[in-house]
Amino acid sequence: MDLITATESGLYCAAGDFHIDPWRPVPRAVITHAHSDHARFGSGTYVCHRDTAPILLKRLGDVTIETAAYGEILTRNGVEISFHPAGHVLGSAQIRVSFKGETWVASGDYKLESDGVSPAFEPLRCHAFITESTFGLPIYRWRPQAEVFVAIDAWRRENIAAGRASILFAYALGKAQRVLANVDPALGPIVCHGAVEAINALYRAAGIALPPTRLATEIANKRDFASALILAPPSAAASPWLKRFGDYSDALASGWMQVRGNRRRRGLDRGFALSDHADWPGLLAAIKATGAERILVTHGYTEALTRFLREQGFDARALHTAYGDDEDTGGAEAPAEGEA
Amino acid sequence: MKAFAALYRKLDSATSTRAKQAAMVEFFSSAKADPTQWASAAWAVYFLSGGKPRQTAPSRLLWRLAVEGSGFPDWLCGECYGAVGDLAEMLSLILPEGARGDEVSLDAWMRERLLPLPSLDEEERYARLRRWVGELPSGERLAFFKLITGELRVGVSRLQVIKALAEVAGVEEARMAQRLIGYAQARRIPTAQDFEALIGEVLHAEAQALDAGKPYPFYLAQSWTRPLADMLPTLGPPSNWIVEWKFDGIRAQLLKRGENWRLWSRGEELISDAYPDLEPLARALPSGAAIDGELVVLVPPEGDYSADSLDGLAIFASLQQRLGRKVVSEKTMRELPVAFIAYDLIESEGRDIRRRPQHERRALLEALVHRLFAEAKARGERLPIRISPTVSADTWEEFAEKREQARALLREGLMLKARDGAYGIGRRKGDDRSDVWWKWKLDPMSVDAVVIYAERGHGRRSGVYTDYTFGVWSGGEDAPERELVPFAKAYSGLTDAEIREMDAIVRGTTIETFGPVRSVKPTQVFELGFEGIAPSKRHRSGVAVRFPRMLRWRRDKPVQEADTLDALKALLADGRR
Repeated sequence: MDLITATESGLYCAAGDFHIDPWRPVPRAVITHAHSDHARFGSGTYVCHRDTAPILLKRLGDVTIETAAYGEILTRNGVEISFHPAGHVLGSAQIRVSFKGETWVASGDYKLESDGVSPAFEPLRCHAFITESTFGLPIYRWRPQAEVFVAIDAWRRENIAAGRASILFAYALGKAQRVLANVDPALGPIVCHGAVEAINALYRAAGIALPPTRLATEIANKRDFASALILAPPSAAASPWLKRFGDYSDALASGWMQVRGNRRRRGLDRGFALSDHADWPGLLAAIKATGAERILVTHGYTEALTRFLREQGFDARALHTAYGDDEDTGGAEAPAEGEA
Repeated sequence: MKAFAALYRKLDSATSTRAKQAAMVEFFSSAKADPTQWASAAWAVYFLSGGKPRQTAPSRLLWRLAVEGSGFPDWLCGECYGAVGDLAEMLSLILPEGARGDEVSLDAWMRERLLPLPSLDEEERYARLRRWVGELPSGERLAFFKLITGELRVGVSRLQVIKALAEVAGVEEARMAQRLIGYAQARRIPTAQDFEALIGEVLHAEAQALDAGKPYPFYLAQSWTRPLADMLPTLGPPSNWIVEWKFDGIRAQLLKRGENWRLWSRGEELISDAYPDLEPLARALPSGAAIDGELVVLVPPEGDYSADSLDGLAIFASLQQRLGRKVVSEKTMRELPVAFIAYDLIESEGRDIRRRPQHERRALLEALVHRLFAEAKARGERLPIRISPTVSADTWEEFAEKREQARALLREGLMLKARDGAYGIGRRKGDDRSDVWWKWKLDPMSVDAVVIYAERGHGRRSGVYTDYTFGVWSGGEDAPERELVPFAKAYSGLTDAEIREMDAIVRGTTIETFGPVRSVKPTQVFELGFEGIAPSKRHRSGVAVRFPRMLRWRRDKPVQEADTLDALKALLADGRR
């Protein structure tokens, strides 16, 4: 019997009687991170990293939460459970499960590049590794983030010179704060959508330094928008909220922007391929670093990555989960907030 | 190449027309200032205005480059292609980063490197491609592969290119439109002189030499798609209009200047050589004439006929048999003779008369064709030309009734031309114009069909299931073991929101995946419209339809109630054209 199996409710550890990132209500849910496709409403007790807890409370309301620090070992029915940095967003963790000498790691979502706001990904040795595959195709190779931010700053400068606002769509949890921490704050004021600002507060409370930000309503003189960077969740695109900013250029920061069709379909001026997920080389590097023989591939380009790993000699297999979306939705639409 | 790749990126990323215009003006201005750039700029114009050279490397070689260059298995490259939906872009993303080589101009890339490729053997071609790609900076790769695949238009219309060049040259757009005619013909090799001619202030004599043999930019009709009642205020009384049939042929301009004649298609291809049938007509034409009309297959009757008789007009499929033929035999000309149905005279006695009102041009045209007819008759000759007959009625309702007869007469509908209108350039936009040409086409034929396969689209639709194969039932609802027979593929007619919805449905109802194609559970019915239908041996359904597209999503209709093959075939009787 495998230590962790895929059930109708989610990944399940029978020995410890808990689920990991379940998509149906369960008694005990161990959560990798607070994005809505991994942390869903309705479970009895949520167990997560302590930086994830405030976000869960904000998103799910008054739920029962137990927390742990990175590396701290929780024991349940003789099963050891610990959280280790996944580098995805604040509080994101890989979940290491160890029982009778066998170790499994469920990655949740992860990226290898250090982004300046989330604790850096920690490679873990294990027997079986459950990996995501959101960007599991070789066309997804990220440029170093420094290069992407040079491009974002250059786009802002162009906009400032042309007297128009720069509206950058970025996922409210994680991506937006990563952008905040890495853009040039000297270029002009930074305005955040309410959904972004709410998460900013949680990041700041966790001790992450972010440049000063303001809500749109706090800008008295509309002319200030022309030099501003405006950060909003992708759901704000084409909403009336944008009207107040006058002339603007819009862009999206997402791994999906690697492919031109995705940007053109959204009718955006610019797309910056910046992702909180591992790219293809990142996925392969992470998998190799675990030393695991068994690889279980979840959400993303599941079939492609599984087949490739098998051809490379791994015992790889696809695990059907309800995270993100199905195999190649990737090329189509960036999934809901939290993914990418 | 660096400058061109940068222009390509700018055009590709700009969403506003203004930004695209600015990028082109900047590119052409800086090229204008530096004659060493002219040859490359000439190529840029060629590509932006829709020019496509012969593909210099077959897709097979590019695929090999993807597989061997990336080191990934064939199937994985296939997955990547499916996700990107564009071979050139997929290559630019999948190949490892190259070392920066020396700058090679666009002109050198084309003339010295790419165009000679087809004459080399396969291994040598591959070796060169691989070496070049290794030397290309990643920022230039996409443009490079696009040069090979030839899909270089990046949401820039020809009119925008004309505007940008006109601004840089400081000449009128109409003049630039004419300078550009024929520029983007296949197999053409643009040169520095071409660019100089485009942007320069050409002297009068040179202008005439340059323009000799060139047609005028075609004037295009707007589509009338609204109900008659909505159009009445725009149209006013019928007496303001000249109404003709809309023919289902090839739009073309016939020119005679000096002793030379030329036939230009609406795609601005010179097609004179393919239609030697027109030689006697061209000989008879006076010099300094340009006639706009429609090329059709028409077998003239034995006896006498008038200049506006359309007796013997054949279905479009007959004309199709003459398309693309390089050598035209006597037999072909005998069995499938073409004729030119003239509907506008835009140059007369060497003068451009496009600004004169439609009815005056029409009168001049009629006079000319009648004269040609009479002279030919005196010589005992028959000329392959007709005047497009006018259709008359007292009210628009009556015209609407006449329009209904179009299909039986092998015509597409009616053309409305403002009596006082000039012959414009391109398509003039505006829903309520009373000074234009309107095409009032027949409503398409339609059936209710079921989506049975889906394929991902390309370009801005890449990665999304946008292209569907439709089937109709092989028998009625009570027929045993009836099945859905595929008969048409369509990808247009849905809104972006509907496409997203269909994409999700396709993914949720997939039965099997073969490469880029998915078979899906038959759950969705669409009203599928098409312009024509003809028997076909190549299709399992036994019919081929023209221009199929989705007219309406029939969410109300259960799959079981979709149309049958018999219902589709019943349309053959009145739809054969």
